[in-house]
Amino acid sequence: MKILVAVKRVIDYNVQIRVKEDNSGIVTDNVKMSTNPPDDNAIEEAVKIKESGKATEVVAITVGEEKAQETVRKALAVGADRGIHVKAEGILEPLAVSKILQKIVEKEKPDLVFMGKQAIDDDCNQTGQMLSALLNWPQATFASKIDVKDNKLEVTREIDEGLETIEINVPAIVTCDLRLNEPRYASLPNIMKAKKKPIEEMAASDLGVDVSPRLEQLKVEEPPKRKAGIKVANVAELVQKLKNEAKVI
Amino acid sequence: MAVLLIAEHNNKELRPFTLNAATAASQIDTEVHALIIGHNSADAAKQLSELPIIKKVLTVEAAHYENFTAENFTPVIVKLAENYSHIVCSANTFGKNLMPRIAAHLDTSQVSDIIKVISPDTFLRPIYAGNAFATIKSNDAKKCVTIRPTSFDPCESTGGSASIEKIEAGEEFLNTKFIKREEIKSDRPELGTARIVVSGGRGMQSGDNFKLITEVADKLGAAIGASRAAVDAGYISNDHQVGQTGKVVVPDLYIAIGISGAIQHLAGMKESKIIVAINKDGEAPIFSVADYGLEADLFEAIPQFMEELNKLNTIQK
Repeated sequence: MKILVAVKRVIDYNVQIRVKEDNSGIVTDNVKMSTNPPDDNAIEEAVKIKESGKATEVVAITVGEEKAQETVRKALAVGADRGIHVKAEGILEPLAVSKILQKIVEKEKPDLVFMGKQAIDDDCNQTGQMLSALLNWPQATFASKIDVKDNKLEVTREIDEGLETIEINVPAIVTCDLRLNEPRYASLPNIMKAKKKPIEEMAASDLGVDVSPRLEQLKVEEPPKRKAGIKVANVAELVQKLKNEAKVI
Repeated sequence: MAVLLIAEHNNKELRPFTLNAATAASQIDTEVHALIIGHNSADAAKQLSELPIIKKVLTVEAAHYENFTAENFTPVIVKLAENYSHIVCSANTFGKNLMPRIAAHLDTSQVSDIIKVISPDTFLRPIYAGNAFATIKSNDAKKCVTIRPTSFDPCESTGGSASIEKIEAGEEFLNTKFIKREEIKSDRPELGTARIVVSGGRGMQSGDNFKLITEVADKLGAAIGASRAAVDAGYISNDHQVGQTGKVVVPDLYIAIGISGAIQHLAGMKESKIIVAINKDGEAPIFSVADYGLEADLFEAIPQFMEELNKLNTIQK
């Protein structure tokens, strides 16, 4: 079984983002970037499946600017076998990314495609579902547990009401929740080894996909600030404030 | 052209957030039709027809719709889409799973998780865990939009009498099979709609200690929330998680106990009307969003809090 894992480069989850003064977007210059957190879970799961002998190859792919390749290199350092970097500039909407991934799937013919359930920058939560629509494959979104059984997967999904278990036939798409596993850290020897693993480069235009945005981002602004609160001295004061000032209990 | 609202339900009744999504739909266009796909879901369809905002209800019934599988729902909706300018649905796990599949078939760039309708083609949505708001204009002919339910009031639920029209079912998608759903049943209010939420974090130190949170919640008639750290540590099940990748809650009162306030948690609760933080670390970021902060050891503060609540003659429920 061959697993393709899509990873995205985003502003690191620990960074407090800043809105550009002209309201055209978010400041990304000189900001720490890293792999979208649930994409790390997707890589980890694919590598674990390979280590268990149920997969033969793990291919990491990213779509984005020059530096996005760092995320593929990181995936190679934790166990992916080779990488693909589809180069594209500017804002890439999930629809465009899923069309690119579709072209890559047609070429690579993986049995499974994994990715994070949501990117923490645009918070869209769309790409996996869109890709499975384009391929007419089953989709297991928000996965917190995956059991590989021959040509089927049993997947536990995190839903609002609790947990749901579904069985999907391969080929299939799985989008991964943060609870799926604990991603490993890359060891120094593996980081060195990853430098020798191949990354195939191509341009989005080579694939014949139109990536121009359909949505116009008219403005990005800071959310309204909460008015500053107060510290109370003790529990009695807290309860009195809630009762008589805020009137919520 | 009208707006098509995809109803979320459990085959017996509507899920409450369908009413919030209906409000958002009616702000896009006054002509709102609602689609209910299910199995033996006639009661839920009737309930839908009673929402005064809804002008027409479409129902699709078949056994393979019982478990809301997106692969089964999508072809039905894509077929109906030709009559509509917008397809809308709540941005909870049901809608998040379903809508992008529809959008891709329609070759539409979806607008996810909107918090405001600015005009029929322009919407406000949070990005970066709610640390920025983006105004987005869709230039697609058909628009697929998911709605953050807590940002819209629920619509009126009685007094309407929309016609109910049956639509032919589509084929079953055979490569996806539902196995089971483990719903956590509780007598408490639902986390997403509760007036008061009491949440615990890693500071609770164990699952056993979470019973302190339960006591406070019971006393206040509140729902129980948790930070991702508490869920990951196994103190409480995932359906309680509040945050960027969990649930977004907007209660009148949010009490965060032993929660430091990571960006990802704040994303799920900072729109609450009143926020209380109880934490022994005075520098914890949760205090930056708290209306009332109490710097204290929670294991001393919670028993005192219960004592003070017990002294009150009445507690609003």
